[in-house]
Amino acid sequence: MTALFREIYNAVTEFLRTFGAFQLFFLRLLRHSPGMLVSRFDLVVMQVFNSGALSLVIIMVSGLFVGGVLGLQGYSNLSRFNAEDWTGVAAAFGLVKELGPVITALLFAGRAGTALTSEIGLMKATDQLSAMEMMAVNPVRRVLVPRFLGGVIAMPLLAAIFSAVGMFGAHLVGVEMFGVDVGSFWQQIQLTVELDDVKEGIFKSIVFGVAASLIAVWEGYNAIPTAEGVGRATTRTVVITAIAVLVFDFMITAAMI
Amino acid sequence: MQQTRSVEVGTGLFVLLGMGALFFLTTQTTGGNDFTAEEVYEVEARFENVGSLRTRAPVAMSGVTIGRVTNVAFDPVSLEAVVTLVIDGQYDQIPDDTDASILTSGILGSQYIGLQAGGSDIYLEDGSEILFTQSAIVLENLIGKFLVNAGSGKDD
Repeated sequence: MTALFREIYNAVTEFLRTFGAFQLFFLRLLRHSPGMLVSRFDLVVMQVFNSGALSLVIIMVSGLFVGGVLGLQGYSNLSRFNAEDWTGVAAAFGLVKELGPVITALLFAGRAGTALTSEIGLMKATDQLSAMEMMAVNPVRRVLVPRFLGGVIAMPLLAAIFSAVGMFGAHLVGVEMFGVDVGSFWQQIQLTVELDDVKEGIFKSIVFGVAASLIAVWEGYNAIPTAEGVGRATTRTVVITAIAVLVFDFMITAAMI
Repeated sequence: MQQTRSVEVGTGLFVLLGMGALFFLTTQTTGGNDFTAEEVYEVEARFENVGSLRTRAPVAMSGVTIGRVTNVAFDPVSLEAVVTLVIDGQYDQIPDDTDASILTSGILGSQYIGLQAGGSDIYLEDGSEILFTQSAIVLENLIGKFLVNAGSGKDD
């Protein structure tokens, strides 16, 4: 009986320790961020390229098809009420407020987050991080902060591209395929979607960007330095990011409605 | 060096695309002025009330879109709304006593301008004005009238 309590106690304290260490790690990254943005902007640009520019293809293709599906679903349901003109509104709200930020964050975790985790994990496994420390280079500052910042900068832009391409997909399906009037399609969107809705989406994508980049960098930095450990850390990045993004999404939406 | 260059070009392209997407989302202006016609002519119509008619709303005749609203303004002298519309140049035989009314497509639909052909031998051309117009039906006014009628009917 005591053994069981001891185990539960250990598990709880271990969880609290990890959670606390995670917060401190976040603060450490934030403390070094302004300095890195000014002094080593080239490193940040490199990571914006790795996380952002290289994710463009998957984001744009997914966005196109998600927008197209919204157009299909919107049209087939709204045409029952003779409200085909609202197809664009349904797609725009879905993309700008929810699907844009959320799906982009999930794809970002899969495409860029895993790359970050495995890269940092392998650096650790091959003692590159220790070697930096030996040379009095702070690996958190030199390796982690640019990757974190690159993700934070890239995510909102990717989400915006996703939504914009998605609108194009909805336009293709609604207007070109089903023949909804172009004017009504866009007029209805402009009348209904407000700047606050777009702002909500941007805010979400920033929060998700911080969360996804932070989790990816953290998992890589704390990976067990073996081949198996790095593999497991990569998996955890995707799982934890997905859960964090969906929970945050619910909380932000609940707070903003 | 070559590699740094391509990274920089790629990043620049990516950030530009992202900014462009943000701009598109915040302004939502693209796509609406897609009304394609090689030649158009501009016509004006004055309405007492345009309801929620906006620029880029379609102009339809017999249900077929033949033009777009390009401007909705308020004339401070005549105290009327002045709607400017462009009509596809291939439809150049619309009588000048044509009647323009603001209609709603479907129950939830957006408002558009419906043209009802007249019988005149003179056709609309660039700069002419549609004289016969019918304002948008404002639901509140309609309900108000109905309530007044119902109320007065009871008193009698």
